[in-house]
Amino acid sequence: MVMNASENTLDVSTIERILSKVKDPEIPVISIRDLGILQNIVITGNLVTVEIIPTYSGCPAMYAIQADIKKALQMHQINEVEVKLVDDPIWSTEMITTRGRAAMQSYGIAPPLVAGEKNIRCPQCSSENTVRISEFGSTACKALYRCEDCLEPFDYFKCHA
Amino acid sequence: MMSDLNQTVLYQYLLRLGDSSLTMGQRLAEWCGHGPYLEEDVALTNVSLDFIGHAQLFYQLAVALDDEHKTPDDLAFLRDAHEYRNPLITELPKGDFAYTTLKQYFIDVFNLNLFQGLKHSQLEPLAQVAKKALMEVKYHLKRSEAWVVRLALSTDEAKARIQKSLDDLWFYTPELFEVDDGMRTLVDAEVIPDYATIKSSWQERVEELLQKCELEPPESGWVATGGMEGEHSEHLGYLLAEMQFLPRAYPGCEW
Repeated sequence: MVMNASENTLDVSTIERILSKVKDPEIPVISIRDLGILQNIVITGNLVTVEIIPTYSGCPAMYAIQADIKKALQMHQINEVEVKLVDDPIWSTEMITTRGRAAMQSYGIAPPLVAGEKNIRCPQCSSENTVRISEFGSTACKALYRCEDCLEPFDYFKCHA
Repeated sequence: MMSDLNQTVLYQYLLRLGDSSLTMGQRLAEWCGHGPYLEEDVALTNVSLDFIGHAQLFYQLAVALDDEHKTPDDLAFLRDAHEYRNPLITELPKGDFAYTTLKQYFIDVFNLNLFQGLKHSQLEPLAQVAKKALMEVKYHLKRSEAWVVRLALSTDEAKARIQKSLDDLWFYTPELFEVDDGMRTLVDAEVIPDYATIKSSWQERVEELLQKCELEPPESGWVATGGMEGEHSEHLGYLLAEMQFLPRAYPGCEW
């Protein structure tokens, strides 16, 4: 039988490890840590407070993420959980980790351009010969592009900074 | 200095910001499934979500001011038309794509200048919301501006439709810059920016684009006003009837 959390000593690294399995519901290959929205974990007695920041103001996935965090911790018998949506710092795509960018790329989403990069690369064939089809793609955080070489349409994770 | 602020004045101003965002968001949401093509359908509704998100942020600031334990949802769903404080332009029916696009452009330029001012607000939580919203507004504007140009310099029909939209919308724009005595105290306390500056920046940018697009604003017409006093067009009532139906029919229901 799994021990009760109250009989264990809770520590931040355990929580972090559990939360590294919580993925963005829209891009299920990137964790909320790698996306930059998991900001802080505070443990007070048996209460775990997880602070996250929203991506876009209107992102409907924030509710699902809050629920997923609670569910993931509950699966480890950590039931006293509070997920707080905080407004500082303001999220930007610069907070996405290198690992997160690589995960996006291999999933077929072009990661946001970083300083110095000019052209958006096709995540399928790496061609820089791409054109924008629409300012918005399948979600608020993405725009729709097409590769002029392999002709595949693809999502581009918009630069938001 | 902040504690001297009249809380009612601040509350009303936050409602104006929230109500403007919410009515914009609701009108854009009406495009869901009706966009001119799939990608644009998605774009319209994504912008809608941002506006509804901004409304929620402004309402959160508003409810934090009163002791009635209201929620942002209470403000959105349990107030009647006369309690809404948005300018009339944001409640107007969505019209055709040219009309929606031009209205969006006018609001985006306005929001860009407004939020650029609000991000320096002495009221820190308001400044924080403005900073976040501003990042999104810039992207909205990029899209709406490109669409105005694209429609205006396109076929005769597109041009005629955007000119007609300009004729219909132009005299709803002055209301965006209206300031009452309460708002003047907020300007003096540096909680909100000076609206005359916002107006001149708006005019400069909009007039430049209209010229580039060979569009002529109408010379005279009925100038809309009244939103700040809760005097709205009949359209707001219909908008709220649809938007508020569920929480009013099933009080307290949750998703």
